[in-house]
Amino acid sequence: MPTVHTHGKEYLDTIFHNHLKQNKKLFVPYIMAGDGGMDQFIENLQFLDQAGASAIEVGIPFSDPVADGPTIQEAGKRALEDNVTLPAILAIIKEHRSTIQAPIIFMSYLNPILQYGLDIFMKDAKDAGIDGFIIPDLPFEQQSLIQPHLDENELALIQIVSLTSSTQRLQTIAEASQGFLYAVTVNGITGSRDTFESTLEQHFAQLKKYSNVPVLAGFGISTPEHVKQLSQYADGTVVGSKIIELLQTKDFQSIKELIQAKGEV
Amino acid sequence: MTYEQPTKQGQFGVYGGQYVPETLMEAVNELEQAYEEAKNDDAFNKELNHLLSTFVGRSTPLYFAKNLTEKVGGAKIYLKREDLNHTGAHKINNTTGQALLAAKMGKRKVVAETGAGQHGVATATVCSLLDLECVIFMGAEDMRRQKLNVFRMELLGAKVIGVEQGTATLKDAVNEALRYWVSNIEDTHYIMGSVLGPHPFPVMVRDFQSVIGTETKEQHIELEGSLPDAVVACVGGGSNAMGMFYPFINDTDVKLYGVEAAGDGIETKQHAATLTKGTAGVLHGSMMYVLQDAFGQIQGAHSISAGLDYPGVGPEHSYLKDIERVTYRAVTNEEALDAFQQLAKLEGIIPALESSHAVVEAMKIAETMEEEQSLVICLSGRGDKDVETVRDHLKKEE
Repeated sequence: MPTVHTHGKEYLDTIFHNHLKQNKKLFVPYIMAGDGGMDQFIENLQFLDQAGASAIEVGIPFSDPVADGPTIQEAGKRALEDNVTLPAILAIIKEHRSTIQAPIIFMSYLNPILQYGLDIFMKDAKDAGIDGFIIPDLPFEQQSLIQPHLDENELALIQIVSLTSSTQRLQTIAEASQGFLYAVTVNGITGSRDTFESTLEQHFAQLKKYSNVPVLAGFGISTPEHVKQLSQYADGTVVGSKIIELLQTKDFQSIKELIQAKGEV
Repeated sequence: MTYEQPTKQGQFGVYGGQYVPETLMEAVNELEQAYEEAKNDDAFNKELNHLLSTFVGRSTPLYFAKNLTEKVGGAKIYLKREDLNHTGAHKINNTTGQALLAAKMGKRKVVAETGAGQHGVATATVCSLLDLECVIFMGAEDMRRQKLNVFRMELLGAKVIGVEQGTATLKDAVNEALRYWVSNIEDTHYIMGSVLGPHPFPVMVRDFQSVIGTETKEQHIELEGSLPDAVVACVGGGSNAMGMFYPFINDTDVKLYGVEAAGDGIETKQHAATLTKGTAGVLHGSMMYVLQDAFGQIQGAHSISAGLDYPGVGPEHSYLKDIERVTYRAVTNEEALDAFQQLAKLEGIIPALESSHAVVEAMKIAETMEEEQSLVICLSGRGDKDVETVRDHLKKEE
């Protein structure tokens, strides 16, 4: 008998808690929904789940992704050119959700879900087995727009903090985060980087103090060395652009190496 | 009731707001604070006014277009001559204010987007004057259409970067400028070119452009002894219109008309009539009317005039439409081309294609008005930049 889960905030918390309890660091890969076709999308989710992803971040394609670098922009463009839509993404995830253990987090710009209708969307997302959301263009101050709908469906809203956020802001946002806290590690957009600022260790120590949920590092992380380095400071890492590149070239081995680099607590 | 918009959070009704990545939040908050201080700072205002009069060439005339008035047969038609500003359009009112503010904030680098190149040229010009480093993002498609403006910006010392992403036009130039800003947040100010983007840009750009409406009011009272009965301005993002309308908002006897680009016609897919055909959505940091599909993907806009070629429109215009303080209409490429030529022949003034849209609608409105009434057109820019486009178009028709 397959276990029946109620997806949402609690599921995400439980899975992350279990990982950390077993002294495992967290690793969250990002993929673009529908890039390479819908069948490929499901296969990618299943592969990442099997390969040990702690959760999977699913990007919703948008015409104007201002927080994203070239790799994710191009992936979104390919999906849109293939006429991938939000209802279709929800439908196919719902169909295959029972084959994927990892929590699924949607990373969507505000407008696609706004046009879907916030209340219906959150119900449908819950129904499809989505556990939480990252909305990169919905800063803390504007979240009253969406929070009631999330609460009603017990879905997690993952907060983002940046290197430019003031200490007071870091604290307020970190305390409010659900699921995990997404700490942006560079001043900039998504995409590969060579190096990170030397002050990151301190930054993460501060965030972990404020946050009631795991703190994950994201943006610019592209090598096993990066994963290893940042996993020492944070509770885990999010890798996007690099995963998209590796999936495109079907380099599954390198993806496994990235995931394995997360190491132990 | 007195009009007081936006709220402290930068909302005009449901529109506006700050829908930007977290990395930008400190920067927009810092900008908001700096602007609030500058607004009430006598030294800042003195310096701004000094530059507006000695460098930009303000005040601009309110000109009675006698020949056009006679031809139309109706209300007296006045032209607010923003085309006579340095660099040829109203854009420089805003860039002067924002560049001064950037310098005051200690930011020595400036980034901006440009469509046709007018805002890019106005930004590069002021950066040259104030010795600020200047990077301009411009759609690759627009760079081909506006080669001379690219060269002009480079002459002024700006670095122009072509944008190949998306539709390679203004919308994508804004995306890239925002991405650049996120990546260079510590030392760079973003000079938004219109009443768009996250708070405080829409209100700040409106305020810097309000010199248009304020002067118009004074000049019209001096010439006619009263306020005009109607005011007409073109609307892309909406900065010249907002600057013209805002000082008249509480004068409810003055009718306000905003004119969008209907491109090939609002029944086709080739238009930029955001308020006429769009719906509320979030783009470039703000809630506003946008052109979008059923799934919230932003659609391309189309107009013969690059300055109106944008699939969104300022949040304050979105609000003014909903409360019906301003009437918004759309006119086609063909109509605009016709008005462009008429104004050249009748008045010896070659208007920008953007402003030509306002001229079209103004002629229609003036015709229905009484002879003792008067109407003001915001002639937002001059048409030198469009001469080639118009020539090509007329050749095609032959």
